[in-house]
This record gives sequence, C-alpha cells and structure tokens, in this order.
Amino acid sequence: MLYKNPYNHYFDYVVQRDIDKCIRCKACVTQCSYGANYYDADRDLIYSLDHNCVGCMRCSTFCPTDCISIVRNPDAFRLNANWKDHNIKDLYKQAGTGGIIITGMGNDKPFTNYWEHMVVDACQVTNPSIDPLREPMELKTFLGRKPDKLEMNKNGDITTKLAPQLILETPIMFSAMSYGSINYNVCESVARASKELGIFWNTGEGGLPKALYGYGKNTIVQCASGRFGVSPEYLNAGAAIEIKIGQGAKPGIGGHLPGEKVLEGISETRMIPVGTDAISPAPHHDIYSIEDLKQLIYALKEATRYEKPISVKIAAVHNVAAIASGIARAGADIIAVDGFRGGTGAAPKAIRDNVGIPTEVAIAAVDERLRQEGIRNEVSLVAAGGFRNSSDIIKAIALGADAVYIATSALMAVGCTLCQQCHRGRCAWGITTNDPELSKRVNPELAAERLVNLIHAWSNEIKEMLGLMGINSIESLKGNRDRLRGVGLSEVELQALGIKQAGI
Amino acid sequence: MGIKSSTPYGKDFGGCGLAGIIDRSGKSVAGNMIVSSLTSMKDRGNGLGSGYAVYGAYPEFKDNFGVHVMYNDAGAREPVEQLLKTKLKLVHAEPVPVKKIHAIADPPEFWRYFVDPPDSMDKTDEDAIDDLIVNIVMDINERIDNAYVVSSGKNLGVFKGVGHPDAIAEFFKMQDYSGYLLLGHTRFPTNTPGWWGGAHPFTILDWSIVHNGEISSYGTNKRYVEMFGYKCTLLTDTEVVAYLLDLLIRKKGLSLAAAASVLAPPFWKDIEDMDPHKKDYYTALRVSYANASLNGPFAILMGFDNGILGLNDRIKLRPLIVGKKGDIVAIASEESAIREVIPEPDDVWAPKAGEPIIVTLKEDAKQ
Ligand code: SF4
Ligand code: SF4
Ligand code: SF4
Repeated sequence: MLYKNPYNHYFDYVVQRDIDKCIRCKACVTQCSYGANYYDADRDLIYSLDHNCVGCMRCSTFCPTDCISIVRNPDAFRLNANWKDHNIKDLYKQAGTGGIIITGMGNDKPFTNYWEHMVVDACQVTNPSIDPLREPMELKTFLGRKPDKLEMNKNGDITTKLAPQLILETPIMFSAMSYGSINYNVCESVARASKELGIFWNTGEGGLPKALYGYGKNTIVQCASGRFGVSPEYLNAGAAIEIKIGQGAKPGIGGHLPGEKVLEGISETRMIPVGTDAISPAPHHDIYSIEDLKQLIYALKEATRYEKPISVKIAAVHNVAAIASGIARAGADIIAVDGFRGGTGAAPKAIRDNVGIPTEVAIAAVDERLRQEGIRNEVSLVAAGGFRNSSDIIKAIALGADAVYIATSALMAVGCTLCQQCHRGRCAWGITTNDPELSKRVNPELAAERLVNLIHAWSNEIKEMLGLMGINSIESLKGNRDRLRGVGLSEVELQALGIKQAGI
Repeated sequence: MGIKSSTPYGKDFGGCGLAGIIDRSGKSVAGNMIVSSLTSMKDRGNGLGSGYAVYGAYPEFKDNFGVHVMYNDAGAREPVEQLLKTKLKLVHAEPVPVKKIHAIADPPEFWRYFVDPPDSMDKTDEDAIDDLIVNIVMDINERIDNAYVVSSGKNLGVFKGVGHPDAIAEFFKMQDYSGYLLLGHTRFPTNTPGWWGGAHPFTILDWSIVHNGEISSYGTNKRYVEMFGYKCTLLTDTEVVAYLLDLLIRKKGLSLAAAASVLAPPFWKDIEDMDPHKKDYYTALRVSYANASLNGPFAILMGFDNGILGLNDRIKLRPLIVGKKGDIVAIASEESAIREVIPEPDDVWAPKAGEPIIVTLKEDAKQ
C-alpha cells in the first residue's frame, strides 16, 4: 500500500506546468536542488512533487519556455485569525519530529516597519537643492573612535594622532556572513566587490579562507564565541576586528553551522574536523560581563598593535542603549547594532520571529543615549538588519547611524529569492550551500559585478536624496533627525525615534 | 487698493542681507555707517528682523561683561536680575535707551547689565569665568519665560528686533554708538517666525554672528553642540553657528582659520591632492569635527573682540563681497553696501567658496 504521511499534505507551493509548452528539456529537474521535479521517461512527462517545493523559483527562472509557475498552494485551512496557516503547519511539523523548527533568513512577520513611516525633507525656495550631477557630493565615511579634542602645538600643527579608522567610499558595508554558511564563491564575490567599491565585508565567524587574505584591506574579521578560525595571523589579516556578541536574527544564541555544511575547505578555515557541527556557544565564555568585554577588546588591540579599530556587534534588544554605552566605555571603536529583521543562515524560528527589536528604534535609542552621555564621538555606530533600499539607509543615517551593514540584500543581488531554506545547505541559487555542484551556480566575477552595481545604484540614490535636502556631504545627514518626519505613528513611537510628526 | 510693496518691482523679493565694517587701526566708526550700508540693502529683508552689533560700544564698562536682556513681559525682569545678582556681581544696570517710533509697534523691553564674576572666582581663570557666563545665558534663555539674552560680551552692544534696518536703528538710537567693528543684518525670515529674539546678530560672549542662508545640517549641528551643554532655544538655525564657533575656538582651542575650515571643510577630492602634511591636517579636522561642519547655503560674518571673519559655504550659494580702503575693511552681501561706506575702495573682490576672510585689528590698535 502506498504510504503517505498525511502531514506532508500541508505544503506551501504548487508547481504548475503548462505541458503544451514544455519541451522536456529537464532544466527544471536539474536546477531544483530539493528534488521537487522529475522526469518520467515512460510517459515522457515532467512531474513535480509539490511537497518538496520551497518556492525558490529557480526552476521557473530557468525554464526556457516559461511554462512553470510557482503558486501558493490553494489548498487552505479554514480561515482563522488566531491560528494562522504557519501556526498550524509548524505545529504539525513539530508533532511529527519533536524538534525545534529551524529556518533561514530574517524575521518575516508583519511587525510595524518604521522605515515606511518616515519621510524625508526637501529644499524648496529658501534653500537650493544641490544637483549631484553638477556638484561634488561626498559619501566618504570614517568609522572609528574620534578624538574629543585635537591638541595643537604653538605652530598650529595637530599633535593628536587619529585613532585607526575604516575609510568607506560609501556608508554601506557587507555584514557578517561566514564561510560555511555561504560558500567560497560567494565570499569571494563579496570580497571582490568590497575592494572595487572601497568598502568592507565581514568574514562572520567562519574565519578567512587563505585564498582571500589578499582582500584583507577590505575585510573585517570576526571573532565570535566559537572562536572558529581565530589565529594571530587571521586577526592581523583584516582592516578591523569585530567581536560578535549577538546577531539580530537570533539574539542570545550562538551561530549554528550544521555538520553537513562543514566540508574540506571550511574545516580547514574554521580549524574543526570535517562533518562536525559548528555550534558557537550562546555567550562568549570569557565574557560574562562588561569588564570581560573590555579585556577582550584590549587583548585584540594588543594582538594587533593598536593598529585596527575594534567593533562590537550586538543584537538590538530592549536595553540596547545602555548596553551600547557600556560597550563604548569598554573601549570599542565601532558598535554594530543588528535589528530583528537581520538575516541568518540558520536560526530557531521561534527566536527569529519573536526576539529582539527593530533596527530603527534601536539606532535612535543608542545614538541619543551616547549623545546624552557625551560619548557619541568616541564610537561609530553601524546599523544592521533589514535594509532593503537606499531610502532605508538614508533614514538610518539621519537617525544617527554612521554607516549600515547589509547582507540579505547583498545575497539577493547574487540571486537569493528569500526562500528561507539556507539552513538546509541545498540553496538552489548556489549561495548558502557548499555542495560543489550547486556552488558553481555563483560565478564570483559576475556576482561581484552585480554587488557593485547594487551599491553604485544605492549610492547614487543617496546622493540624489542628499542633494534634494541641500546637503553635499553625508556627515551633515548624520543624526540630522530634523530632516525626517513620521507619518502614521503614535506619539510614543515618534518619541522613541526622536522625530516629529509630519506637518509640524 | 493694491498690496503695498516695498520695491518698485511690484513684488517683494530678497534674502537676507549682511554687512560688517572694521577699522583695523582700532579707531571708532560711527554707528550710522553700518546703518546706511545695511539700509542700502533694505530689499534683501522683509522688515521682519534687523540688528546690529557694536564692538567698542561701552568704553566705560569695557572690562565688564555687558548682558543685554530682552523682556517680552516686564514680570520676567525680576527673576533675571535675581539670578544675575546671585551668580555674579552686578556693577551697573539700566534700560537700553530707545525712541518710540511709529514703525516699531509694541516692542519688548530691553535692559543692559554690566557684571563681573563673583569675588570668589579666580580672575585669571578666564575659561571658568566664560563658562559661568555661558551657563547663565543658557539658563535665562531656557528657564525664564519671556526673557532672552541678546548679548553677553565685553564692550559689545547688540541691538536687534522686528523691523527694517533703518527703523531698528532709529528705535535703538544707533547714531549714539560707535565702535571699531560694526555688524548689521537684515532678515527675510522664512523657516522661523519673525520675532524679536530671532533677529540677528546671535551672540555668545564676544562672538556675534550674522548669517544669510539656511543650514541644512542644522539637526546634526544642534545635536552636536547640545552634547556640550549648549541649548538651542531661539527657534533659528543661526544660533547654532554662534555656539559652534564658541565650542570650536574656545573649548576645542582651534584657531579662527581652523574653525572656518571645520565649518566649511575642503572637499575630500581636494584634500587628496594636498601635500601629506596638509592632507593629514585637514583630514584630522574633518574627521574629528564632522558634526560641526555646516551644510547648505550660507554667508556668515562673525565678529569677535579682535576682528571679523567672513565665510561662505563650500559651493558659494550665497553672496559675499569684500572691499577695503586703508585700514577700513567692509564685507557685505552686495557691493553697493560696501560702496555706501567706502565710495572709492582700493580693492573689491568676491572671496572663493569656503575661503575664510579674516580681518583682525592691527597689533598697535587701541581697543
Ligand atoms: S526549483 Fe525551487 S521553485 Fe522550483 S520546484 Fe524546486 S524548490 Fe520549487
Ligand atoms: S524547464 Fe520547462 S520546458 Fe524544460 S522540462 Fe522543465 S518545464 Fe519543461
Ligand atoms: S540564500 Fe538560498 S536558500 Fe537562503 S533564502 Fe536565499 S535562495 Fe533561499
């Protein structure tokens, strides 16, 4: 008797195929890494196992006759405002497996998106807007500790030595994505793009493959609780070091790399055996309090002769402002605050969707707190988590960020369709997989070009927006909340963002 | 009946107008000079704010801080005077003499106080004394309703209000004052309401600023100076420039030229091309004081006890002209305003974008 697990019936997508148009080329079969399409030679027909489909659209993209449509499964539970579709399916899944539900990418729940409730000011009459096509427009950004005061000698020469700075040609960086969670080709793409753009990429906690040491000048090397791949050579290879305390997608827990993804190169770079799970401890076991963080910051500074800025990355949580203030006082040069829409290669779904706070309010709170304490200058603030376009970035900088980190949008530039299967290591777009056959789907040269295009496009849009605000240098937008107004927000929300209501 | 127009062109037009005159030898220039210079640019304002700063106005009180206070309500006087008496030594107090004229309806009350730091303070610790004065100014502006400090420098008188430059001059009897450095401003308020406290010059201690333009970086600058205890209470973006200069020069110890290059920094592409020494210098200034740089169109004149600074934004979106003859230097929005006081100048030129014009008293000038 055909055995069918009844719960498999509750799948999300249906692969529809117009058989009249299908030329049996089997592209959809080879492109689908989830085994959802197969060819039946006897009937000379292509079939789909819909329950295997994750909706990544790889097959429909590659179908030469455009005969595939991936549609949401119309088979629907009775409408229930409390028990939403995903609540029901998750429950069945767990009843079947007894396991934690793991997912990939960022929080997809419909929380208020504050970027969409903020609008930007423009010049009219009293203040000329500036045309970026005709006038210089400066996006150069310096990240690192700034002196409170420059000391001068009697000749007027500056005697204060500037602390080490990261110099960015545009205030956008590629956020931490570890080698292992993404494959080598994607790492190389991001590194190449960073070099060409004059910005930085971040190794994440997976170490730096030897072959990418040449991109060190554009690399931020991360030191996370698992210490994977951390060696003196590694610390000195990058332009800055980032201590990863937390991540927006899963505040309070460490990184997870399933053993299936730990292949040869990854094992070597991470310094762990092939096939072992790389599970970072939830906390750093040498950091149980702020003074311990200070010790690690200074240990890393010592290890790199005080030549590199040290960044500390935290997840945006309720008390983020006070935590950030402590981090600044502990000696960090950069603080990266990762909001709850930040992506991940793998996270328990319950955590991803329910823990942490939005980047928007976190940045507003941290910037304000550091100013109140008079230490805003001593540390740069990088916003991360859920940036979708240049206007999100503009607003983050106006709220008080010095620069932003992007990762999900960078992967999308390489092809990612947000199917949320990164944890499975079977990414059909060849991104979050180490399968050599799948990894080949990303060509570093072409992918780097797309990344460069994206950042160029966004930078140009940022210039346009600065120009219409009558600003010709990004530093005059930083923390300039006067140029933002809120639409459709409550008074408390406006207050949390530190902005005024539109019309006022 | 049509709407009355202030120009023969049938419509009001303009922007702000500013003017400054200095005699480098330290000789006094008559108050009327700045009035006629400014009045020649009357069409640049709309009658909603004009003002003057006179350096050298009070030779008999030149060592005392002269605190001009504006009262929108007579009841505010008592708490201010109480504060001045408790925190400082009050040497002399008097109403600022004014002439009631038709053109100025319903003016506030003006008083001036000449004060000394309390005896308990070390007179050589000028920084602490300056800080005390700044704190008191901030305190009055922020805490005492209907009282605003108009100026607080030594030997400096500031006279400003809602009205055209000639009317304000008549009201404050500008003909009775003279000084080695005079500043004037006529205003065309757009972004901020036309009220007496919003007229220029804005001042703190010996710094006074007149400004034409709109600061698009205001939010950034405001939040920066607030970190150091300054409070922007006057509903206008120019105020922040005065505080920035006080912060950069007095607190951060920058020279005037360095402070000017913080306000209007060279472009990165130009810094790239500098020799290594200059490159490091400008990079350090720009990186360290990025929050103090001014963006948006501006022309400013800044007076201080020893001279005047004129500065344009980095792409010169507002006019600024300099003229000179002998020891007299005039800087104004329009050449006509310069020729009003120096009919035949030795030289007249338009400074480049972002290029500071610094004119100081000669070494031997008697103040
Ligand atoms: S390639 Fe993607 S969209 Fe197509 S069938 Fe497979 S899982 Fe579904
Ligand atoms: S890719 Fe399209 S045309 Fe080719 S076999 Fe699949 S459905 Fe048919
Ligand atoms: S990286 Fe790959 S697996 Fe992850 S969401 Fe994007 S397409 Fe899906």
